[in-house]
Amino acid sequence: MRKVSVENTGLSVLIFWIAAGWAGFCLLPWYGIEDGFFSFAWLFDGYPLDEDYAPAAFLIAQSEKMWLAPLIAPLLAPLFVLRRRKSDPVYSATLILAGGLGFAWLIAQGFGIGIRGFSYEWLNAVFGELGDRQFGMGYGALLVATAFLFLFTQGIAARGAINGDVFVVSAIGGVIIIVATFVFFPIVRMLVAAFVTDGGHYSIAVFVSKFFDDRLWGLGCFWGARCGAAWNSLFLAVLVGIITTGLGLVFALVVTRSGFRFKRGLRALTVLPIITPPFVIGLALILLFGLSGSVTVFVSELFGMQPTRWLYGLPGILIAQTLAFTPIAFLVLIGVVEGVSPSMEEAAQTLRANRWQTFKTVSLPLMRPGLANAFLLGFIESMADFGNPLVLGGNFDVLSTEIFFAIVGAQYDQSRAAVLAMVLLFFTLTAFYFQRVWLGKKNYTTVTGKGDAGVHPLMPRRLSFPVFAVAGIWGAFTIIVYGMIVYGSFVELWGVRNTLTFKHYITAFSVGWTEHGLHWSGAAWDSFFTTIQIAAAAAPLTAAVGLITAYLLTRQTFAGKNAFEFGTMLSFAIPGTVIGVSYILAFNVPPIEITGTGIILVVSFIFRNMPVGVRAGIASMSQLDKSLDESSLTLGANSWQTFRKVILPLLRPAILAALVFSFVRAMTAISAVIFLVSAEYDMATSYIIGRVENNDYGLAIAYSTTLIFVMLSVVALLQFIVGRTQIGRRTQFATRT
Amino acid sequence: MKSIKFAFGISLFAFAAATGSAHADKMTLYCSAQEDWCQLMARSFEEATGIDVNMTRKSSGETFAQIRAESANPKGDVWWGGTGDPHLQAAEEDLTQEYVSPMRDQLHDWAISQAESAGNRTIGIYSGALGYGYNTDLASANNLPEPSCWKDLLKPEYKGHVQMANPNSSGTAYTTLASMVQIFGEDEGFEFMKGLHANINQYTKSGSAPIKAAGRGENTIGIVFMHDAVKQAVSGFPIKVVAPCEGTGYEIGSMSIIDGARNLDEAKKFYDWALSPEAQNLALEVNAFQVPSNKNSETSPSAPDMSQIKLIDYDFAKYGSSDERKRLLQKWDEEVSTLPQ
Repeated sequence: MRKVSVENTGLSVLIFWIAAGWAGFCLLPWYGIEDGFFSFAWLFDGYPLDEDYAPAAFLIAQSEKMWLAPLIAPLLAPLFVLRRRKSDPVYSATLILAGGLGFAWLIAQGFGIGIRGFSYEWLNAVFGELGDRQFGMGYGALLVATAFLFLFTQGIAARGAINGDVFVVSAIGGVIIIVATFVFFPIVRMLVAAFVTDGGHYSIAVFVSKFFDDRLWGLGCFWGARCGAAWNSLFLAVLVGIITTGLGLVFALVVTRSGFRFKRGLRALTVLPIITPPFVIGLALILLFGLSGSVTVFVSELFGMQPTRWLYGLPGILIAQTLAFTPIAFLVLIGVVEGVSPSMEEAAQTLRANRWQTFKTVSLPLMRPGLANAFLLGFIESMADFGNPLVLGGNFDVLSTEIFFAIVGAQYDQSRAAVLAMVLLFFTLTAFYFQRVWLGKKNYTTVTGKGDAGVHPLMPRRLSFPVFAVAGIWGAFTIIVYGMIVYGSFVELWGVRNTLTFKHYITAFSVGWTEHGLHWSGAAWDSFFTTIQIAAAAAPLTAAVGLITAYLLTRQTFAGKNAFEFGTMLSFAIPGTVIGVSYILAFNVPPIEITGTGIILVVSFIFRNMPVGVRAGIASMSQLDKSLDESSLTLGANSWQTFRKVILPLLRPAILAALVFSFVRAMTAISAVIFLVSAEYDMATSYIIGRVENNDYGLAIAYSTTLIFVMLSVVALLQFIVGRTQIGRRTQFATRT
Repeated sequence: MKSIKFAFGISLFAFAAATGSAHADKMTLYCSAQEDWCQLMARSFEEATGIDVNMTRKSSGETFAQIRAESANPKGDVWWGGTGDPHLQAAEEDLTQEYVSPMRDQLHDWAISQAESAGNRTIGIYSGALGYGYNTDLASANNLPEPSCWKDLLKPEYKGHVQMANPNSSGTAYTTLASMVQIFGEDEGFEFMKGLHANINQYTKSGSAPIKAAGRGENTIGIVFMHDAVKQAVSGFPIKVVAPCEGTGYEIGSMSIIDGARNLDEAKKFYDWALSPEAQNLALEVNAFQVPSNKNSETSPSAPDMSQIKLIDYDFAKYGSSDERKRLLQKWDEEVSTLPQ
């Protein structure tokens, strides 16, 4: 009985994808619609004969775009195996060939023929001038490509891969294709761009001259001139990594190893950096410590000192990034410090070690993975940070801003941007590698499930005094800075007219009535709504891709699983600036032409934040016993049904955590976004950067404050829905990244 | 599960709303003037014609880069505002297209000659002279003498008090460099830039940032276009504007239609409208103190009086060309920016 039903579902899936392929080929417009992916004006505007909106079949019938004709063969082929049994070798061979060749042809023609005919010289040489061109792929091409992909995976499954499980094979195939398209392809495009000369030719010499540029590697700062951006970035990132790890550890110790009363308040601190738009801290620092900042003026009057511009440059960026990223280190370390099993420490004390010795020789070494992770996070975040160096950088050039100005500046040098981005990527991947080496294969597991009672000892006294002092000072400083942010949004013109006013909020968020109804007249509404929409669109997709990947990684074994895991986690180590640059280089021209749309923003967020979804999913899924899946499978469900009906419902907290995290990240991201925004899709963060550049600090800060409160309520809502379990989980996955 | 499905539904809806809206009459405007002016131009044009305007504001350098990047597949229609050099460069590289507006006979001569030098691919919409402004509070707090000439800025007492933008990223700063070369001759001009380099505390990325920093009290002297300095003074910051005694260069803020514009008819409508006195008078509402190109437009009483300023005969064709620009920038990079400060 059961066998028949499986065969039937297999058949209906096959029919579905064959039909989808034909629908994409014969019914939907093959090329991208200029008015936007979701506009349907084409239905009434010359469809199906008009060249811009015609499906591929109609184009071929009119003898246009004849290079699409070969696609008919792989679309026809699967029809002949409908009657065959799955176990028949012809069945699988036909599907693999049809799917594989169809997909390959689709890609080949997409890259081979662009908006100026053949994209490569040798094609012109072989076939002569084409005399025709094509634009980016649209619905039709997308659907046909998907159909080919899933026909191919069904063929593979029919050959017996992963027990012939169509769902798992298709999921693996799908994830591989989208990661290849949206992570690897742009990076490769960028690497290639680094070798392009002004005239559009390829040359190693160009790369070499740009790579060994003095502005990148110069060591002038040792004799009064300036150092190269690469050294600056590296030095800054190492400092930020060390300091944030140290401060994070201090806070983690206060929360877990002391009788401190306001632990919950300290924990609340951890959400701050996640919900803070990236350059607000820089602004607050200028208002406090700039040449005419409140503190500067106060101190210089008190001591009669000459105020200086010390803030602009390394010190300013360092302070701002430390403020911004310390809570992230804290988030990582608190889980680790809690995770060190008390029984180990008790054992040490029983052996007559005093508290200090216990801490130094037992607790601290066991925290090594956490320390390494925290350092790595601080390092990468600092490397990728864009907002703070932009506001506070002075003449201290760092890679992320240099990349930006190589692309947007009057020099407009994409290949220089690509070279800089490669250096940046090299630094972060090296850090990633060293972290792995340092941790090595040692075992840090102390919580074993066997008798694990006991409480953590308090900190040794020798440690507790400096720890409390540092935590107190830094905590107070953080509160002052954030207080400044709120206060600054109500001040009319900072430093000149310090009267309190709602002016900035009114300019940004005023709402009026006109004869057409409600009119969102505030200057910020456009970007605000776009941001909410893009973030809301990206969040569930991120969670979905992340969780499916996590399911594959925890529940299935297949060849190349390690490479698969590395590929899906790679985008975590790629700084946003690099993503931004590589996306413009890759997606501004056919076959995938999505710059200037909302889609590219959504896509960039999905792949920026996907690793978090993956980690959240893995963390929760490893807590679900495999026997649950097995019983579901034994009872006759297939793996899709098991995933949907058994695993998904149990993953609710992880799903919600991933949803909120990616939503919030999408609202505060700047480094990739700044390259990808367009007239129609301006995001809040890039709008605020524009205001900052325009000396409009009041409006920028008011907008940022609003964003902070919006996101705070989103996070609070989540806490309310999921309860405290969510924090535990987030800590857990954070320590595992 | 329900909440997840709900979230998915919401997101699909948001996605649909975010990624597409069909409209009959629309155009895309790349704007390189200040944000509020750009906003006002876009909104007023919508009101005047009913054509929807998608506006992005980016500096002229950024916009030029964007237009060049998109040249295979142009997304914008009109590029309005920003200093003239990148417009001329775009014209030179055939990134913009020829158009002779019926409004042309109402314009000042400098606007028309700007158009003619670029084969009618661009046109002047406003002009402004280069100069500098200083924060009077900070100057007196530091006992600095009042500067009145370019050469004054080389005095050692101004060390660490002068700011200008980086000519690589800012059209304003490139105009400064080109003006110095024209006022003093190339060799002496570069000597001037070297001397100035010793006093500069920061090369900012954007052109008007130095005077904004001076307004906030984060810097003393900012080398900028005078109308930007006037704007800070009018907004209440303690800024004094200086027209340097040796004479000075100027910019012609320009407008061009992008080659291959997808909404050419709307683009031409905007172009004509932007040259009309009604459109140019909008500048006054947002404290933009440039001199408008239409003879019938009003000028603000606070605007610097162009007839009182000693203007040099700025060679737009030569110094706007990509080759000359590249050569000067490279020379500046190699000979000036690497010097110790």
